[in-house]
Amino acid sequence: MSERTFRIYRGMQQQGEIVAYRVEISEGMVVLDALHDIQEQQAPDLAVRWNCKAGKCGSCSAEVNGMPRLTCMTRIDELPADQPITVTPMQAFPVIKDLVTDVSSNYAANKSIPAFKPRSPDAPDGSWRFYQYEVDRAQEFKKCIECFLCQDVCHVLRSHGKHEEFIGPAFLVRVAAYETHPIDVEDRSTYVKEHGGIGYCNITKCCTEVCPEHITITDNAIIPLKERVVDRHYDPLRRLIQMVRRTG
Amino acid sequence: MGRGAEGGGVGAHTYETVQHDVLVIGAGGAGLRAAIEAKAEGASVGVVCKSLLGKAHTVMAEGGIAAALGTERAEDRWQVHFRDTMRGGRGLNDWRMAKIHAEEAPVRVHELEAWGALFDRTPDGRILQRPFGGHSYSRLAHVGDRTGLEMIRTLQDKAVHAGVDVYMECTIIRLFKDGDRMAGALGYWRATGRFVLFRAKAIVLATGGAGKAWLITSNSWEYTGDGHALALAAGADLLGMEFVQFHPTGMVWPPSVRGTLVTEGVRGEGGVLRNTQGERFMFNYLPAAWRNDYAADEAEADLWVKGDRVHNRRPPELVTRDVVARAIFREVHEGRGTPHGGVYLDIASRRDAEYIKRKLPSMYHQFRQLAGVDITRDPMEVAPTCHYMRGGVKVDPETQESTVPGLFAAGEVAAGLHGANRLGGNSLSDLVVFGQRAGWGAAQCAARVGAVPRVDSAQVEAAIREALGPFERSEGESPFVLQDELRHLMNDNVGITRTGHGLEEAIAGIARLRERLARSRVTGSRAYNPGWHTWLDLHFMLTTSEAVARGALEREESRGAQYRADCPEAVPEWQVVNVLVHLADGTMSTRPERVPEMPGDLRSMVEEAYRRV
Ligand SMILES: Cc1cc2nc3c(=O)[nH]c(=O)nc-3n(C[C@H](O)[C@H](O)[C@H](O)COP(=O)(O)OP(=O)(O)OC[C@H]3O[C@@H](n4cnc5c(N)ncnc54)[C@H](O)[C@@H]3O)c2cc1C
Ligand code: SF4
Ligand code: SF4
Ligand code: FES
Repeated sequence: MSERTFRIYRGMQQQGEIVAYRVEISEGMVVLDALHDIQEQQAPDLAVRWNCKAGKCGSCSAEVNGMPRLTCMTRIDELPADQPITVTPMQAFPVIKDLVTDVSSNYAANKSIPAFKPRSPDAPDGSWRFYQYEVDRAQEFKKCIECFLCQDVCHVLRSHGKHEEFIGPAFLVRVAAYETHPIDVEDRSTYVKEHGGIGYCNITKCCTEVCPEHITITDNAIIPLKERVVDRHYDPLRRLIQMVRRTG
Repeated sequence: MGRGAEGGGVGAHTYETVQHDVLVIGAGGAGLRAAIEAKAEGASVGVVCKSLLGKAHTVMAEGGIAAALGTERAEDRWQVHFRDTMRGGRGLNDWRMAKIHAEEAPVRVHELEAWGALFDRTPDGRILQRPFGGHSYSRLAHVGDRTGLEMIRTLQDKAVHAGVDVYMECTIIRLFKDGDRMAGALGYWRATGRFVLFRAKAIVLATGGAGKAWLITSNSWEYTGDGHALALAAGADLLGMEFVQFHPTGMVWPPSVRGTLVTEGVRGEGGVLRNTQGERFMFNYLPAAWRNDYAADEAEADLWVKGDRVHNRRPPELVTRDVVARAIFREVHEGRGTPHGGVYLDIASRRDAEYIKRKLPSMYHQFRQLAGVDITRDPMEVAPTCHYMRGGVKVDPETQESTVPGLFAAGEVAAGLHGANRLGGNSLSDLVVFGQRAGWGAAQCAARVGAVPRVDSAQVEAAIREALGPFERSEGESPFVLQDELRHLMNDNVGITRTGHGLEEAIAGIARLRERLARSRVTGSRAYNPGWHTWLDLHFMLTTSEAVARGALEREESRGAQYRADCPEAVPEWQVVNVLVHLADGTMSTRPERVPEMPGDLRSMVEEAYRRV
């Protein structure tokens, strides 16, 4: 057993401070365990979100030593042993209290996406026929756990606060899930361009780096969507290039 | 429907008021499915949940959803699913619910697909199904080991797009009646600690389970038995509370993840259980009556796993959960377990690494990251973990209405479908089958009730005063200390094996904790204060825990999930009897109730099934 120091943001949006706590560390402990320990032993009003404690629900997001992480999947023994561990709330969202942030903008973004619309059924019993490779393609995006870590790291939201104009990488992933869905027929290209604000993304790939589900957000979701938008919205030069590429 | 500042109250006790035809408490699979249905019936619908939308337990479900789609074998029809469910539940199920469930599950699964859920496919493009314990055929529609995520996202988006109003991070602490009917619910916003009164013509409880009251559990902080306790307080009956499901396979090491679930899908995909002597011990634990249903030896089990399911029988690891959990418990107890108190679950020697990563991706990730174990190379260490409440609110099978007019219940908080033991995969199907029925029932009920029932504001203000009580005290214990003690108490005395003495101890211990809770204290402000939240949750936990202990004490026998070391056999008098729990004037009582009698044709079907095995 050893002790470690945790430096944790305590307070509200306007007013807060970093408070240090000492925690006994046992084998295999994750950052969320330490937060719970602090709650139980030292600060019962420390606000933290969590549910599954197994990387499945995306509730426990925060910044650990400045990196957006799921606190339930961050092993303490993986963090530099010679420094205190700093835990702060996701910076891209307003703080409600301590490590809990107001993530309602994400729910608004999700709601704005045109709903799933299936093609008519393939079989007389009203069901569909499609193949595992098609499921796998969409599952890359459907496995998103809505932890909002990618939203947190994206400079368009984090530094420029464009929550109204840009749905962010998480919801471009959601759109990609629909777009690759084997039986969905809705066209979301105008939506992605106009409401979704996909143009704000300048492909820095920071989102891909932090995704705990290892979704290749930029390359597999955003870039193909950008191409779709361009295709659809008739950029003559782009079309020409594509035609040349296709025929050449 | 309406939202306004009417109602009111004075000083610190002000609250806002929101009004709907139907209020659904809980946004897991059951609550969302109910909300979608009630909305489709034309009701104005609100859904309240303690966490953010999409984070309820349903999101964590791994293995799959059971429905007799008959893709692998055309013989798998609802009758077989019905029979398996009744058999798994040892006949203590409400046969009407088991029948509705088996008949409607396929419709609900196809409906999920029509709403955008994606399930893994067969080579010819249909829904692929995976074998699970107690199911005669491969019956679980699934997507890898993330079935719950797929389900909750689908339902969540459907509900939001249908225009259901969602009130997130809001916890309901009290229900109110107008005369004998349901009239409203008081909640607080977790963010601010302010209060909100929901007035409604019908209320659906879809609050899930209560496993947080045990030390070793797969359940999150949300599972504090709120719905069970709220229903009792409103005058409804609980049924079958003693049948707490201990899932056979929870993680055991490191301590940080003790109890975290290891999906039954591992065994469904061929995983085997061994003790430290290398023995595949499940062969020794098959109940005599079922032995013919399972492989005689490892060779036969292997052929079955490799795909020849017509000529071979299933591996013994796929017997019902109560049997597997007790077997593991016994192996460990008798000294054949690992130093950490588990046994080995091995998939690495059965399937290649690619297959394991594709079919069990989150298990792979969970073990690698949290335990440092690569399950494609090494066995996992597992032991039973508290998992699921089969007991719950007694409801009408058709509409899910409780004995209190206007109060409905669906999903894990409701009782009847599972009897003495739930089959894996039968919960996710339960949620959509009975969620749909509850939503329908509640909407019909709301349409029948003319005006919104009245809520007595004096009662609301009294409830608020009580809720704020612990802030007033300048000294007292921390709620976390009390919660911790309760969890030890339940684990030690109301666990996988029980005794009359231990159960009495638990009941006495709960009473003492209740007294200490009344004197305990909360520090800090009302804004997002987990200490206060835990103080409030503890009231529910104590009530629900007491209901479990009392049910278990009353049932002086062992059957299904209830194992009494002091009466280890099934007693014939209890064969067709359930225990009901009731609360009146603050006193909890139990009484036996006969299970509804099955019509002759169904009975012979089930009996036939018993004979054949
Ligand atoms: C790790 C894990 C894996 C599982 N795998 C499977 C599987 O493969 N197959 C299967 O069939 N079953 C599985 N189960 C069981 C199944 O997931 C649950 O039984 C089921 O999801 C419960 O759904 P529900 O809708 O009843 O409740 P939940 O999904 O738990 O939702 C409960 C809701 O009620 C809300 N709530 C509770 N109390 C209050 C209150 N006081 N005020 C306001 N809101 C409240 C919560 O916030 C939440 O939104 C698994 C369970 C776990 C824990
Ligand atoms: S790639 Fe685009 S979405 Fe991702 S972080 Fe960069 S700007 Fe944001
Ligand atoms: S895409 Fe990845 S990082 Fe973004 S919300 Fe989903 S899981 Fe989290
Ligand atoms: S608590 Fe669910 S992802 Fe961390």
